[in-house]
Amino acid sequence: MIKKIFFQLIFLSFLLLGEAFASESAGMPQLNPEFWISQIFWLILTFGTLYVVLAKLILPKISANLETRKSQILENIESAEKHREESEQKIKEYDKIIQDSKIEAKNYFNKAREKILKDINLKKENLDKELNKEIKKAEIEIEDLKNKAPEKINKIAIEVSTDLIQQLIGVEVNNSSISAIVNDLSKKDKDKYYGN
Amino acid sequence: MATNPMHQFEVYRIGPEIKLGEIDISFTNASLFMVISSIAILLVFNLGTKKNSLIPSKIQLLAELSYTFVSKMISDTAGSKAKPYFSFIFSLFMFVLFCNMFGMIPYTFTVTSHIIVTFMLAAFIFIGVTIIGFMKHGIGYLKLFVPSGVPIVLLPLIVVIEIISYLSRPISLSVRLFANMMAGHTMMKVFGGFVISLGIIGGWLPLSFSVALTGLEILVAFLQAYVFAILTCIYLNDALNLHH
Repeated sequence: MIKKIFFQLIFLSFLLLGEAFASESAGMPQLNPEFWISQIFWLILTFGTLYVVLAKLILPKISANLETRKSQILENIESAEKHREESEQKIKEYDKIIQDSKIEAKNYFNKAREKILKDINLKKENLDKELNKEIKKAEIEIEDLKNKAPEKINKIAIEVSTDLIQQLIGVEVNNSSISAIVNDLSKKDKDKYYGN
Repeated sequence: MATNPMHQFEVYRIGPEIKLGEIDISFTNASLFMVISSIAILLVFNLGTKKNSLIPSKIQLLAELSYTFVSKMISDTAGSKAKPYFSFIFSLFMFVLFCNMFGMIPYTFTVTSHIIVTFMLAAFIFIGVTIIGFMKHGIGYLKLFVPSGVPIVLLPLIVVIEIISYLSRPISLSVRLFANMMAGHTMMKVFGGFVISLGIIGGWLPLSFSVALTGLEILVAFLQAYVFAILTCIYLNDALNLHH
């Protein structure tokens, strides 16, 4: 677009130039060779000087500075990379330490728990044993009592009945016949009295 | 006289007539602006490299950006082999750019609007590139005129065309810059003249044109310096990396 406009403007300018030439008939000063040699001479002088100064003094400075900056940036990136790796290593180590200590803590905990459980179990067992012993003792005693109870009752019954008969009818009754009757009765009523 | 749009291109002597034997090498307004441009370039780049800090100042950044701009342009078009010619192309680009830009200031003289100046630059480039080509490839440099993959029947014609196009390089290179500069400046002068002749009532249209043209001409000044440098790179590429 710009190019198109540009060429159109050039074309226009040449049209206008034609008019200008027609009126002035001066021609183009560029084609007047009067100062050509002078222009060439000064061009060589100025451009030559410019080239020499730029090439020998200024451009090496710029390129050296650019190189320095580049290497500096690379160095910085390298050191940053190094630091990053180091910190990653540190994080890994830290993680490992934490992991290890966690495991250790768990171990300690488990050990302690096991120990406590063992202790409790041991004590429980001992207690159970003792309890069982006591219970057995008690059972035996109860059994003994149970077994002895009817005899005692019979004895009491016999004595009571002997006394009763003696006081009621004043007859000395044979102990053995009464005991036989009492035993017979107590056998009959055993269920009733002792419930088993 | 002032209304003549070509008046701005006239070269006149400043100071006394200097003669080297029979040859007139007087200091002229053209010489003055060549000197001013060169000094301006050296001043800018001297200031830009004076401190050379790791974090660049504004003027240093300018110098470094120009450096990388030209170096990228060369490596893109002519490859890494063109590195020894970097200084020359950089100077060339800067010289043409500054001459063009100084020409944009009113009442100045545009050095590059003179065919003899641009032609000398182009001729120097042409001769230099040809010498480099023959030095690198010997007589094999002539293969440049024989493109590969062309039918035998067409070859004589193609070779002639290639030779003509090669020989016309300095002319096209110099005329492109010269014509662009001259046309632009003439046009601005013509529109400026219209502003005066149409007066306060009708002069606004050419004035606005003139303003727009100034912007365009600044663009062209940069563009033509760039084109001049990049064509030099392309010619250099032909001489350094001979392939078709």
